[in-house]
Amino acid sequence: MRRQDESPIVVLGSRLLSPYIMLFGLYVIFFGHYSPGGGFQGGTLLAASVLLIRLAGGRRVSRLQIQEFATTPLAVFGVIIYFSTGLVAMIMGGYFLDYEMLPFTGMEPAMVRYWGILIIEVGIGLAVMAILVMIYDNMVKGEDYA
Amino acid sequence: MLDFFLGHYAYWFVIILMCVGLYGILFKKNLVKKTIGLAIFQTSVVLYFVSIASKWGATVPVKDSNIPVEQAANYLNPLPHTLMLTAIVVGVATLGVAFTLIMAIYNRYETLDEQELLEKIQ
Amino acid sequence: MIDSHLPALIALTFVLFSILIPIFGLWKPKSSQPLAVLGSGIASVLSLYAFATYLQTGSIRYFFGGWEPPVGIEFVYDGLSGFFVLVINVVAFFVFIHSRKVARTEYPGKEMPYFALAMLALLGFNGMILTGDLFNLYVFLEISSLASYGLIAIGSRPAPYAAFRYLIIGTAGGTLYLLGVGFLYTVTGTLNIIDMAAMLPTFATNTAVVAALVLMVVGIGVKAALFPLHGWLPDSYTFASSSSSALIAPIGTKVAAYILFRIVFYLFGVELTDAVAPITTVIGVLAAIGILYGSIMAIAQTEMKRMLAYSSVSQIGYIIMGLSLANPLGFAGALLHVLNHAVMKACLFLVAGNLRMKEGHSDISKFDDSYRKKYPWTMASFSVAAISMVGLPPLAGFFSKWYLALGTIDNENWIFLAVILISSLLNAVYFFRILEKVYMMNPKKDQKEAADAKRNEVSFSMMFPTSVLAIALIVIGFANAAIVGILFNIFPM
Repeated sequence: MRRQDESPIVVLGSRLLSPYIMLFGLYVIFFGHYSPGGGFQGGTLLAASVLLIRLAGGRRVSRLQIQEFATTPLAVFGVIIYFSTGLVAMIMGGYFLDYEMLPFTGMEPAMVRYWGILIIEVGIGLAVMAILVMIYDNMVKGEDYA
Repeated sequence: MLDFFLGHYAYWFVIILMCVGLYGILFKKNLVKKTIGLAIFQTSVVLYFVSIASKWGATVPVKDSNIPVEQAANYLNPLPHTLMLTAIVVGVATLGVAFTLIMAIYNRYETLDEQELLEKIQ
Repeated sequence: MIDSHLPALIALTFVLFSILIPIFGLWKPKSSQPLAVLGSGIASVLSLYAFATYLQTGSIRYFFGGWEPPVGIEFVYDGLSGFFVLVINVVAFFVFIHSRKVARTEYPGKEMPYFALAMLALLGFNGMILTGDLFNLYVFLEISSLASYGLIAIGSRPAPYAAFRYLIIGTAGGTLYLLGVGFLYTVTGTLNIIDMAAMLPTFATNTAVVAALVLMVVGIGVKAALFPLHGWLPDSYTFASSSSSALIAPIGTKVAAYILFRIVFYLFGVELTDAVAPITTVIGVLAAIGILYGSIMAIAQTEMKRMLAYSSVSQIGYIIMGLSLANPLGFAGALLHVLNHAVMKACLFLVAGNLRMKEGHSDISKFDDSYRKKYPWTMASFSVAAISMVGLPPLAGFFSKWYLALGTIDNENWIFLAVILISSLLNAVYFFRILEKVYMMNPKKDQKEAADAKRNEVSFSMMFPTSVLAIALIVIGFANAAIVGILFNIFPM
């Protein structure tokens, strides 16, 4: 992978493809509770779109998209979303992660569970994306090829 | 006899994959090849769980408004699929830790061959 | 209100602190260790309170998400899980107090990842003990295992290789356990332990159930360091840092022994376990061989942590032998030995950490009798823990071996009784060797070493946990009647 000069075809192809992969990843996250999909799968697709730019363009270019030090706070933020949803449900009187007790007003219980699942799927997707990107960053840290 | 083999072909696939994985873990000397053997071994168990979820003549477990609620048995069993989602994520995390450890070993010892590592550590 | 949420709160404390430690650690790295002490302190207080509540009211079942048991996942806090949770959280609290100075010398700059991993490891251990669902147990097993691999790899130079070997063997074991759960799910259709225990007697002779039992025992036996599957243990405990060994050694194998207890006594029941294949006999024989093997190999070692690692192989053999006896006395002896061994082994590994901090090594051949002047409290704690390991009254170790011996007499299993007695003598050999080097003066050498040595004891934060654990052994020894009374009530028959 020693690069003398970057290949413009690879860079152009990945630049064109990466936003669509990211969009599809968001679609998979948001349809997880209704059709095949969910946090894990969507997070992996989001990570794939970020890693495509890192592989094709190198560190200098991909730093414009997600910085390397930003992945740890993003992952912790994803876990915080998951954990605080459960904690809010527990404070409101139910069991941990009992979505019925979440404080959304004016909805029937099935819709409140729908929204609860959606919130934690977003948290999981964010955490999975940040962690997969962090694993890749750790592996190529200090190497002079990208 | 033929029925025993053909009737249980899913289980035979699982057994063959498990044996390939175990061969990789036990007999290969390179650490990366051992990790690949471990991944194949975990994939075989995922295949077993998914194979027990299927039924003859059933449809995908996505809610279809044409099927009334009483005939819920017409859907596949979705529980093993969800269990295997979690198991696959556990496998990915294990591979992440394994490769980080391999990089740390390579940075300290400059080799990934088990024989040379054992000599260098002693 | 907090009473009904107790099983979940013990595990959730560790999740909360594993989120707080990265946040505060990126801002101020020195704050990781106090946060870890605070987290495990809160968890210890909660588990003490929960055990006291259990003794008055009975077991608690906690349904996550509000879904009732066969549909949802639950945490079950009954006597067995309450006892184990109490033991591991209190021991972890003392190890974290000790790790303050060690973190500054052995792995500087890596404190935030280290303590975050330690919190996740304890989350995995607590979750494994409390859960009532077989697949949830696999998830927590893998969480604790991955965190343990990371904790072991932060150590000396060969540590990542030892962690890699442990990873390969441990993940293969976990996958075998998962396959066993798959077989049980295929036959019964449920994953809940209490539900499945009611359904299994009708399927007793189904080959899938027998295969599932064997797979689960082998898979968990890898984690519990049962005799032929213990190969990962000596290297991992030796090359890890002092506080990692002191954290994982007393706790990790005990939790795997807990899973064996749960499967053999609660899920399958003793008659069902022996119905088709003599599983308890085989486990007992392997445990007995492990006891003798561990003791003999420990005598041959010159490095203290390696000796303690082989001693751990031997001691977990006692616990599993008590499991295989399957009568109330053996059960009480095994559980009392869980408590005793956790405290003793934590104290011994903390002593090794103290010696490494001051001397730079823990090589037994270089011990001399200036140690008794230089480190009086450390060597006193070592003496108490060593005498308790050998099994002399009135210290704690004697009583667990006594009840185990009574259990073997109850089963008329004279070979196991002989194994217990012989291994106590072998334990005496390798522990008294160190005591002799430190406390008896060598008549051939010049006596100046002990006369010149000045007192150079370790700092308070390292000496305090070591001494408290040693004093706890004396207290447990005197209070053993009350403890065994509680343990007899837990036996499920």
